[in-house]
Amino acid sequence: MTTIGIDLGAKNTKVVVIKDSKILATSSVLSGFDQSASAEEALKKALNKAGMTREEIKHITATGAGMDAISFASDKVTEISANARGISAIFPTVRTVIDVGAEEGRAIRLKEDGKVIDFGINEKCAAGAGAFTEAMARALEVDLEKMGEMSLKSSKAVPMNAQCTIFAESEVVSLIHQKTPKEDIIRAVHDAIADRITSMARRVGIEKDVALVGGVANNIGFIDSMKRNLGFEVLVPKDPVAPEFISAYGAALIAQDKVIGG
Amino acid sequence: MVESEKTEYWRWTESRWTNPDLDWRNGDIISAGVDVGSVSTQSVVMIDGQIYCYANMRTGSDSPDSANRSMKWALEGTELPLDKIEYTVGTGYGRVNVPFAQRAITEIACHARGANYMYGPTIRTVLDMGGQDCKAIRCDERGKVTAFLMNDKCAAGTGRGMEVFADLLQVHINDVGKMSLVDEEPEPVSSTCVVFAKSEAVALLRKGWSKEMVLAAYCGAMAHRVVTLLERLGVENDFAITGGIAKNIGVVSRIEKELKITAPEPSIDPQLAGAIGGALFGKALVEKSRK
Repeated sequence: MTTIGIDLGAKNTKVVVIKDSKILATSSVLSGFDQSASAEEALKKALNKAGMTREEIKHITATGAGMDAISFASDKVTEISANARGISAIFPTVRTVIDVGAEEGRAIRLKEDGKVIDFGINEKCAAGAGAFTEAMARALEVDLEKMGEMSLKSSKAVPMNAQCTIFAESEVVSLIHQKTPKEDIIRAVHDAIADRITSMARRVGIEKDVALVGGVANNIGFIDSMKRNLGFEVLVPKDPVAPEFISAYGAALIAQDKVIGG
Repeated sequence: MVESEKTEYWRWTESRWTNPDLDWRNGDIISAGVDVGSVSTQSVVMIDGQIYCYANMRTGSDSPDSANRSMKWALEGTELPLDKIEYTVGTGYGRVNVPFAQRAITEIACHARGANYMYGPTIRTVLDMGGQDCKAIRCDERGKVTAFLMNDKCAAGTGRGMEVFADLLQVHINDVGKMSLVDEEPEPVSSTCVVFAKSEAVALLRKGWSKEMVLAAYCGAMAHRVVTLLERLGVENDFAITGGIAKNIGVVSRIEKELKITAPEPSIDPQLAGAIGGALFGKALVEKSRK
């Protein structure tokens, strides 16, 4: 049986195709301004990769900030449920999922059976989301993808006083003017966002194991700052899917559960 | 090399002024207030509690230098030497970095005192909308602070947020307020985060919204944000707004509408409130020392 999960996020739209819980194909496209067109495109790409037609798909479950724009979905679930389902399939020992997307951050507490106990969301402030690192990369004139690696080369922790993304932009510029090495500034950027994410997660309560998911979890510098901040190791999904696909994967699994459950 | 000129839409107009009716040579107490803010610096010189001259300019990267430059500009053409100023109070974010000041006093105290002078003793609530922070202040009939709340963590509701929008829409910051007065008020964009408000604005422009409508949506968001701060503190009449945003009719009119009260029209540049308060404290301190 083949099902699909689609996660229409603030920045990217992700699709995961699964057959009997195994991943057949994934796709990711920019969400852009026409969300329903992006959803169509992402679906088409994933189906092509899997070598399947839409008729062969039993059930499509949508999630993400723009899930209402997906007209072809059979149903929808919250990002919280999708995340919980996805992560417990990959790491059954995880009790806290920290999801950092482009415009939102979430912390989800799970029971042993993978059910959600509690969660916290920040969707009000860019400083606790990927938009923060993105804005800092722009201010530093560094590729976003290179930020992680560069910050690991830092030898010194420099303090960042600003919390707000807008103020942090000016602070980064003045640090550059003071000839602070970019590596050190980037580490400060990652420490700053990790600090904010951790304090949000602490309000929900952090229990081991902890998994990091969402697009920002691809950033090894951020992962490093999170480990330092928490004081222990964290799990980051790699196989069978990268961290930004966890919600879409979870949605696909929920779609499958629904078909089986009738 | 050809240098292309980049318009800086956020650049507000600097100014200086000398009171033609006063002569410092006939004055008794000459005092000054220097408000070194994160974005702007003001120097105000008062003679016996009346404004003699002032300068209002952008803060540079160095606070002492900004303080020196603004005072130099304020005194330009007056022949008043700096050492004739009996007492100078530094205030604002860089208040401890005013080299020629005898004392530093917080901007909260100075803004309340300044608003009391500018708008009269009936003012009980002052909203100071600065470049990088926003303060709601309650005060008594002497301009003494009784309570306050402050947001200095987040750009929403500050001048910096407005600068971001002026740049985004390529509208000069002085024109934003007027342009935002549209016939049909749109839903405001995010009032909690300038970054999110900006991406919402970009989406609205793509949808075909006019600059005027987008500015209206942002001025509305900004007004809502500061009204939340004011309501937490509690607003008592009379109410006045100080700081650079007080010159933005788009934000001011929407705050008034949401609070259902009117703020008096400023007769003096509202960015000067802090420095005026500082100069008045300076005068009071001279009087005290003479007793």
